Amino acid sequence: MSTALLHATAHEKKPLITKKKLLPYWLLAPGIIWLVIFFLVPIYQLISTSTQTQGFGIGTYVQTYRFSNFIDAITSSKAQLIRSFEYAFLATVFALIISYPLAYAVAFKSGRWKNTLLVLIVAPFFCSFLLRTVAWEQILGEQGLVIKFLRFVHIIGAQGHLTATPFAVVAGLTYNFLPFMTLPLYASLERIDIRMMEASGDLYANALTTFRKVTIPLSMPGVVAGTLLTFIPAAGDYINAELLGNPGTKMIGNVIEARYLEIVDYPGAAALSLILMVTILILVMAYVKRAGTEELV
Amino acid sequence: MSLEISRRDLIKGVGGLSAASVLGLTSATGLDAAQAASSKQAVRFANWSLYLDYDNKAKNYPTLVDFTKKTGIPVKYMEVIDDNDTFTAKVTPQLRLKKDIGYDIVVLTEWMASRWINGGYVTKFDDAKIPNKKNVLPFLLNRPLDPGRHYSLPWAGVIAGFAWNTKHTPKGIHTMEQLFAPANKGKIEVLSEMRDTMGLILMWQGVDITKPFSQDKFMNAIDYLQKMIHDGFIRQVKGQSYQEDLISGDAVAVIGWSGDINQLNAQNSNQFGFAIPDSGGTFTTDNMMIPAQSPNKVSAEAVINYYYDPVVAARVANYINYICPVSGAQEAMAKINPAQVHNKLIFPDDAMWKKLHVFHPLSQAEQISFSTAFQKASGNA
Repeated sequence: MSTALLHATAHEKKPLITKKKLLPYWLLAPGIIWLVIFFLVPIYQLISTSTQTQGFGIGTYVQTYRFSNFIDAITSSKAQLIRSFEYAFLATVFALIISYPLAYAVAFKSGRWKNTLLVLIVAPFFCSFLLRTVAWEQILGEQGLVIKFLRFVHIIGAQGHLTATPFAVVAGLTYNFLPFMTLPLYASLERIDIRMMEASGDLYANALTTFRKVTIPLSMPGVVAGTLLTFIPAAGDYINAELLGNPGTKMIGNVIEARYLEIVDYPGAAALSLILMVTILILVMAYVKRAGTEELV
Repeated sequence: MSLEISRRDLIKGVGGLSAASVLGLTSATGLDAAQAASSKQAVRFANWSLYLDYDNKAKNYPTLVDFTKKTGIPVKYMEVIDDNDTFTAKVTPQLRLKKDIGYDIVVLTEWMASRWINGGYVTKFDDAKIPNKKNVLPFLLNRPLDPGRHYSLPWAGVIAGFAWNTKHTPKGIHTMEQLFAPANKGKIEVLSEMRDTMGLILMWQGVDITKPFSQDKFMNAIDYLQKMIHDGFIRQVKGQSYQEDLISGDAVAVIGWSGDINQLNAQNSNQFGFAIPDSGGTFTTDNMMIPAQSPNKVSAEAVINYYYDPVVAARVANYINYICPVSGAQEAMAKINPAQVHNKLIFPDDAMWKKLHVFHPLSQAEQISFSTAFQKASGNA
């Protein structure tokens, strides 16, 4: 049968075959055009802007291939660059600590509440990122309950405050990116065959050992995906630092914004954007290489 | 409306690339048609928030409604400017390509207005169409940004000074030492508008900001700002949103703008005080200009002319509480709101003017180095 089919196709007219061969490319076309216009062209512009120098008039720059722009950018904004990765790392760790039990409970223990809980996890997305962060300003601010309680139990003095602190920035980042951690974790935990855990019990492993030797390794794809989805956007975020932080908690996103809009230093802003992208790329590649991606998708 | 602008921006942004033809949706025909339309085309007026009399019940701007009734020219008023730099950065690509930016009147602060005029981004007024120009306060007609006022006219004068919560600081704040008093530590905010925050510090340090001064003097003032930030006195360096922090109590003392505090008091039972520092306050103007590629120049000039009518100017000033640039408005105010006739923040007297100083125009090199230093001190560079 199959030979007959092969035979038949071999006799088809040639143009049809090329047409068939081209079909996947036609299907890819919208995606490729999209990538060219909205990714390749901007990236090219970013790279070309990053080596320009001041021309005549504010906001005009000429191409001089000045690669030391990158060194200048790193030297002047080292503190914020390092801080961005610190905060993003902390937010990722906290999000993991909060999300793992949450995702575990939803996947295995929630019974008929499962869908409701999932909707609740996704619910913050119905409200804009910016609004949610502004809401945190009020939750932690002078009129919020948190500060009143902490003053009541004398953890914070009358002069102390929660907003405009590193704590508020990391808390904001953790909160804002929490669903990006919870959902992949849930997806990979939910896929685990419950009989694996039973088998582990049959082989005399206690609950803790089962969790350590069976559940965690099987949920690793979720952990890897979740940490990436949290760390990458958190490192480049500037809204949380802008609204919840103080001048000493500014992140690299704030520097890029100020260089672009306030100082009108386009090359500096472009150089920093590229540095941020490349650093994240290297970190992510190293991480993925260590953690493995076989089951990431 | 915002949707329309963003779509237009998008199309224009892409327009520079040949890729736009791939998209096949250059709405050039739509734009041309709009430009060819008659003078009944709405004037698109871009301004800052809370900068025009507003009727909360009718949900409209009374002076604009009257203008349209009188002239038949509709006006689309948009509160889209919240920062000189950000707004300019947003429309610069179109300005450079000599395209319509979607606004027929823009209002920008002197130093930025000067950048637009020097860049050739605005159009020259036809003085015959703006006869009320004669009502502009004489000393505002000859500002360094535009001698003789051929490209810009002042919308309002802005004072930066100290503002405070009267419950927290009943005695008020009149000196830099009082602003940075230990009791205010961690609850002080200063403006992200460099000329205002740095201007006040420089004057307090004895520098005359109206004339060029050395880089060292500026850096001394930066050092002071940096120290106040580092020691935790200053909570944040921000724009107009300092108002929300004053209301919530997260900030109790700020460097802020006169009119804002007046408006806050109207809504919050006079809880806030405002004073020009003993060492001097900064004064500048926000200016109306017509972008070079505006298709509605004639109608826009009619709008501008209308706002230099003393009665109209007084109605606006009564609401916005900023310095009124129109002579004769003080007399007109007597009929509109007698309580405001002697409001020195709207109609300053000579003693008041002596305390107000204008930051001298910066050279390009100074602008870049000062602005970089200021952003660095604010943690942004």
